[in-house]
Amino acid sequence: MDFSVLRNLISRYCAGEEYWVDSRTVYIGHKEPPLGADAYIPQRYPDNRIVSSKYTVWNFIPKNLFEQFRRIANFYFLLIFLVQLIIDTPTSPVTSGLPLFFVITVTAIKQGYEDWLRHKADCSINECPVDVVKEGTVVRTQSHKLRVGDVVMASEDETFPCDLILLSSSRDDGTCYVTTTSLDGESSHKTYYAVPDTMAFKTEQEVDSLHATIECEQPQPDLYKFVGRINIYKESEDPIARPLGAENLLLRGATLKNTEHIYAVAIYTGMDTKMTLNYQSKSQKRSAVEKSMNAFLIVYLCILISKAVINTVLKYAWQWFADHDQPWYNHRTEIDRERHVVIRAFTDFLAFMVLFNYIIPVSMYVTVEMQKFLGSYFIAWDKDMYDDELGEGAQVNTSDLNEELGQVEYVFTDKTGTLTENNMEFIECCVDGHVYIPHAICNGQILSAASSIDMIDSSPGGDHREHEELFFRALCLCHTVQVKEEGTVDSIKRGIHQGKPTSFYISSSPDEVALVEGVKRLGYTYLRLKDRHMEILNKEDEIERFELLHVLNFDSVRRRMSVIVKSSAGEYLLFCKGADSSIFPRVVSGKVGQVRARVEQNALEGLRTLCVAYRSLSLAEYEEACHQLSDAKLALQDREQRLAQAYDLIERDFTLLGATAVEDRLQEKAADTIESLHKAGMKVWVLTGDKMETAAATCYASKLFRRSTQILELTKKRTEEQSLHDVLFDLSRTVLRQRSLSGLSVDCQDYGLIIDGATLSAVLKPSPESSGSGNYREIFLEICRNCSAVLCCRMAPLQKAQIVKLIKASKEHPITLAIGDGANDVSMILEAHVGIGIMGKEGRQAARNSDYAIPKFKHLKKMLLVHGHIYYIRIAELVQYFFYKNVCFIFPQFLYQFFCGFSQQPLYDTAYLTLYNISFTSLPILLYSLIEKHISIETLKRDPTLYRDITKNSLLRWPVFLYWTCLGLFDACIFFFGAYFLFDNTTFTSNGQMFGNWTFGTLVFTVLVFTVTLKLALDTHHWTWINHFVIWGSLLFYVIFSLLWGGIIWPFLNYQRMYYVFMQMLSSGPAWLSIILLIMVSLLPDVVKKVLCRTLWPTATHLAQSNRPCLTVEPSTIFVLSQSDSRLSF
Amino acid sequence: MMASSYNAKEDGHVAAPGGGTIQNKKPDNTAFKQQRLPAWQPILTAGTVLPAFFVIGLIFIPIGIGLYVTSNNIKEFEIDYTGTDMSSPCFNCSQSFSWNSTRPCTCALPFSLEQPFESNVFMYYGLSNFYQNHRRYVKSRDDSQLNGDTTSLMNPSKECEPYARNEKMPIAPCGAIANSMFNDTLDLYYIDPNGTRIQIPLMKKGIAWWTDKHVKFRNPGGNPNLTSAFQGTTKPINWRKPVYELDTDAENNGFINEDFIVWMRTAALPTFRKLYRIIQKKNNMTPTLPRGNYTLEVTYNYPVRSFEGRKRVILSTISWMGGKNPFLGIAYITVGSVCFFLGVVLLIIHHKYGSRNNTADIPN
Repeated sequence: MDFSVLRNLISRYCAGEEYWVDSRTVYIGHKEPPLGADAYIPQRYPDNRIVSSKYTVWNFIPKNLFEQFRRIANFYFLLIFLVQLIIDTPTSPVTSGLPLFFVITVTAIKQGYEDWLRHKADCSINECPVDVVKEGTVVRTQSHKLRVGDVVMASEDETFPCDLILLSSSRDDGTCYVTTTSLDGESSHKTYYAVPDTMAFKTEQEVDSLHATIECEQPQPDLYKFVGRINIYKESEDPIARPLGAENLLLRGATLKNTEHIYAVAIYTGMDTKMTLNYQSKSQKRSAVEKSMNAFLIVYLCILISKAVINTVLKYAWQWFADHDQPWYNHRTEIDRERHVVIRAFTDFLAFMVLFNYIIPVSMYVTVEMQKFLGSYFIAWDKDMYDDELGEGAQVNTSDLNEELGQVEYVFTDKTGTLTENNMEFIECCVDGHVYIPHAICNGQILSAASSIDMIDSSPGGDHREHEELFFRALCLCHTVQVKEEGTVDSIKRGIHQGKPTSFYISSSPDEVALVEGVKRLGYTYLRLKDRHMEILNKEDEIERFELLHVLNFDSVRRRMSVIVKSSAGEYLLFCKGADSSIFPRVVSGKVGQVRARVEQNALEGLRTLCVAYRSLSLAEYEEACHQLSDAKLALQDREQRLAQAYDLIERDFTLLGATAVEDRLQEKAADTIESLHKAGMKVWVLTGDKMETAAATCYASKLFRRSTQILELTKKRTEEQSLHDVLFDLSRTVLRQRSLSGLSVDCQDYGLIIDGATLSAVLKPSPESSGSGNYREIFLEICRNCSAVLCCRMAPLQKAQIVKLIKASKEHPITLAIGDGANDVSMILEAHVGIGIMGKEGRQAARNSDYAIPKFKHLKKMLLVHGHIYYIRIAELVQYFFYKNVCFIFPQFLYQFFCGFSQQPLYDTAYLTLYNISFTSLPILLYSLIEKHISIETLKRDPTLYRDITKNSLLRWPVFLYWTCLGLFDACIFFFGAYFLFDNTTFTSNGQMFGNWTFGTLVFTVLVFTVTLKLALDTHHWTWINHFVIWGSLLFYVIFSLLWGGIIWPFLNYQRMYYVFMQMLSSGPAWLSIILLIMVSLLPDVVKKVLCRTLWPTATHLAQSNRPCLTVEPSTIFVLSQSDSRLSF
Repeated sequence: MMASSYNAKEDGHVAAPGGGTIQNKKPDNTAFKQQRLPAWQPILTAGTVLPAFFVIGLIFIPIGIGLYVTSNNIKEFEIDYTGTDMSSPCFNCSQSFSWNSTRPCTCALPFSLEQPFESNVFMYYGLSNFYQNHRRYVKSRDDSQLNGDTTSLMNPSKECEPYARNEKMPIAPCGAIANSMFNDTLDLYYIDPNGTRIQIPLMKKGIAWWTDKHVKFRNPGGNPNLTSAFQGTTKPINWRKPVYELDTDAENNGFINEDFIVWMRTAALPTFRKLYRIIQKKNNMTPTLPRGNYTLEVTYNYPVRSFEGRKRVILSTISWMGGKNPFLGIAYITVGSVCFFLGVVLLIIHHKYGSRNNTADIPN
């Protein structure tokens, strides 16, 4: 599904050879075809077992470990751990082994649990009962025993166990109704058809007697595409071949509705079904934050290596004197002495690496991942993004991109269903220039049919009369709407109250429903499709029946659809409706001029227009058309292409009847949202397949273009007059002149650009001249960069993706966001850095392929301005803080090497080394990164300009990173030299006893833990009780742990160096004083920097923060005052 | 990500036909889930930080002055007896040092105290350029052996290498630290104005941490006879006497000898001092060490010349804040002043710019 659009295109342009090569032959009921047919080749297909689980009990440990160590970070820590095991290193392997073990175990448990759930789900699916026809009787087996070729009987409300070809149904017309809610979220009932030749096999015995083979393509993930052929063998006859298409294929996961039972044959089973093929993971998107994080990591890796190298070199320089290397009190062991100096140097280098390896924290990855995973729940929990009508809130499909929502610079939005409601209302129709407006529904009552027609400019004539009738019939017949008679259809409900039981029109396209309903209000009611006859109730309450012969389905390339019907009078008629651009060129008669004028006027008002035309076919013409269609349909190869050719041949020589206009209202608060996005500094582009006029009107309505906006047009109309080259240069000159003139004032003139698909492809097309293409592309980008809003109309789905790609690849590499609701937006959603799907009426494909799905366009505002902003702040702080705290942690160790003869003596005890990152300092930052809110949600929403403060990854740019690193280095120096001078040759107990090196380290470590935690406390702007609990709690935990760690002789340890060290330290007054002093000094520069920045160079964020108290206080004081006033007046 | 994709799948299977599952999806309106927990929202502005700076300044400066004065009142006397100088009395001893010499070399250093030491005086020995914090050195010990574990006594940990065994016999106490234990003997004599030498009593108890002496270090076995307890072990190579002959007092012998325990607590920096003896104040009338001349008698056993080390003796009184250390006081005064100064600067800035910002905000 992911690349369906792309694949369509590929399949359209590439020769379809592969289909033929990769086809499978299925023998229905495993019966050999009669002799003379193709030889029976037993083929092996997977059984119907669904395996979504990744592991089995046996391979879980090796496979999971392998997967985990494929990550660079884990592998790095594994290496460090192995080095510690092999060589004699300063810290025990436990220090890096334990955190690594912890991380690996937690991840393994999580993945194991998920896999266990998957196993359970698989099991319940695989064991669910299925009815299979075997030797003329129905046998119940388990789902996983199903094989390709088995004939399955499914009853109403059952879910299909695999992909099936419908053979026959309990309904007379060989159809069945199916919902695919669980596949693509579309809750409407879809009709599937049995091949007429198998329709009659209605019992088990009959089905069992069927001799047929199915040839079809190998499984592919596109849900809506299927090509196959069924060969039915009858006694002593040539096999009958019938085409099979997507309308014959029942997909696994879909549910049978309104049909008692069906017989169908399994063609794709187990892992071959389209549903399973669709659940493969999408390509991973990486956020900008992750990229900078990796860049920082590389810097730190360099720092780490250079530290180790420096120390190794210095060590050997220092050891040049034998008495430094081996003074009499400290000899090497024999083995050590015998080692070659190069090996010794290398082991020393590794030992230093191990000693300093904590500078790249293991826990950072875990914390970042947890932050993303847990943090994304807040999006799903947000009740402001919950839509009551739809009954759904926002949905997070990937948690990797939360912070990217705060970095968006370009928003690409679809129009229909995204900016607009996709809730169509029939406004008017125009037949040969005469306008008909159905009366609005007043108080739920519909005016009688006759009076509901308002005729403007009515000059009835014979010809006109005939056209009018044809026009309304065309609207009644040319559609794929279904009539649903019960009242229990889910979301899309269109009630028709006629005294009869309620019935609904259901269609995948809301336009069609609107048209059929509109025309009903004008007197022509479409009743139902029965036995291939469409029934219409005309103005005189008579039922007219038309035999439906062919439906030439709508597709987005042709942009039209047609039906061929046979009237009761025996006339063959072809009705076609479609976009004006695809109808007018095919029209040979009719009042084109008048209709075109009306269409253009309607489009200007933002209405969606469709043109209706007809062609009456002679019997010969009809038969030829029939022949072409069935030929194309039967083809296994290039079916698409040949169908398109056939359609092209049939749909011509039209007589224009008229046009319709349907209004698609703007979504609630769409204008407000767009305005906010503009204020937040984002550029909004509308990409639509719609006409330029309609789209432009929507853009004005949604305030994308303002009245003051100067519109630049880059359309086909203009490029026909001038060459593309001139137009482009003209425009860029206009834009650039403006910019050079107004270098000072910021928003002097906005430009809006309108470009259409044809011109766009001309701009992007690599032209044969060498100078051409790159140039145009650059100029075009330059123009776009200077426009605040761009409207691209007449876009094919793939062009949408192209535009996104173009902007993504431009030299600033801006972060793009694409939002859309339909299948045609999927490619753009997948292409953009962040893809957002609207849970729309055109199905769930966009939502399923998106990174985030929201119910309405207006929710984008909160998504970006609030969630994106705070997630970015959170993760930026998380990343910077993690590096900071580890610089603070490790740099004192580095400094200590200068005082211990470069002997890799660790400053801190093993327990501290191990637990620093995993318990003493881990929770506060995790919590911060989950619930920090530097500005209140209301302020963020009210003032979109705050978003500009964080654009361009501003909190993770190199200067900021440098600041944090320098702060870390400064703090580390304070810790180390503070303790150094305090310890320098003196005692600081009142009983004269001396402290040793472990007390020294513990003192540094205590200051470190407190400083680092308090630094985070200083950065926290939102202190809930949880923050208090975690921050003070983790400090308390450190103290309690240290007391406990030093309080007992631990029997399992082979050293007792920490025994009573912490308590002895606390019993000394100067230690307390110096701890307090050092903490103060370390925090001082950051506080001063913060205050100075806030006072001297305040950003919008700072102002918003300091404004907050006044704003929240003011109303309450007023309230208090008024209360006291009222009390006084009493 | 795994979880979410998995869930999507799960939903696919579970979703009931119709709208049965839909109604329950509405998110809970709890303060936590809506990120609306009541919170205190402090911001660091010049206005809020100012008073804090002044208060810190006002607290730190007096503390600093107090610390500085206390530190200055502490009397400390230091004498270097390494004997690198030709003129030094210990020159001969330092030159003629050999591990095997049986006759101890002694030297006497005269010195005089200008001021009397009033309260208890603590006598330290100090070593320079001695890397007690070298990694190979720090780990070269066996804590379970020192804790009286008999198996470790006979099988010293391999961390002790190359000081674990001597000719197949386990060394007790093993390791480089123990092996290099400081073994100079220092005696202090007061020269009366009338010329008589009075030996000053030096107390050798209470110089080690109480917990070290009573918990961490223990003699092996319940055997009261240390000689038999250490049966089967040998003395460290550089020691002249075995461990059970460190002192005649049973309470201060073997592993619980306080000089030994003090030495075993490795120093943090290459220049360090260790508590050697305590000179207890006799009564309130006479100072512990009156003004006058003294002689330091050194039994010179410990070689430091090879690594250019220095040996010192330090006499120091102690206050509540420990020995003489002007650093802490100066640091407090400096930080206090800096805070105060920053407070003033911020006040000016706040005055000049703070109001500007506020007026700028109002139109917003």
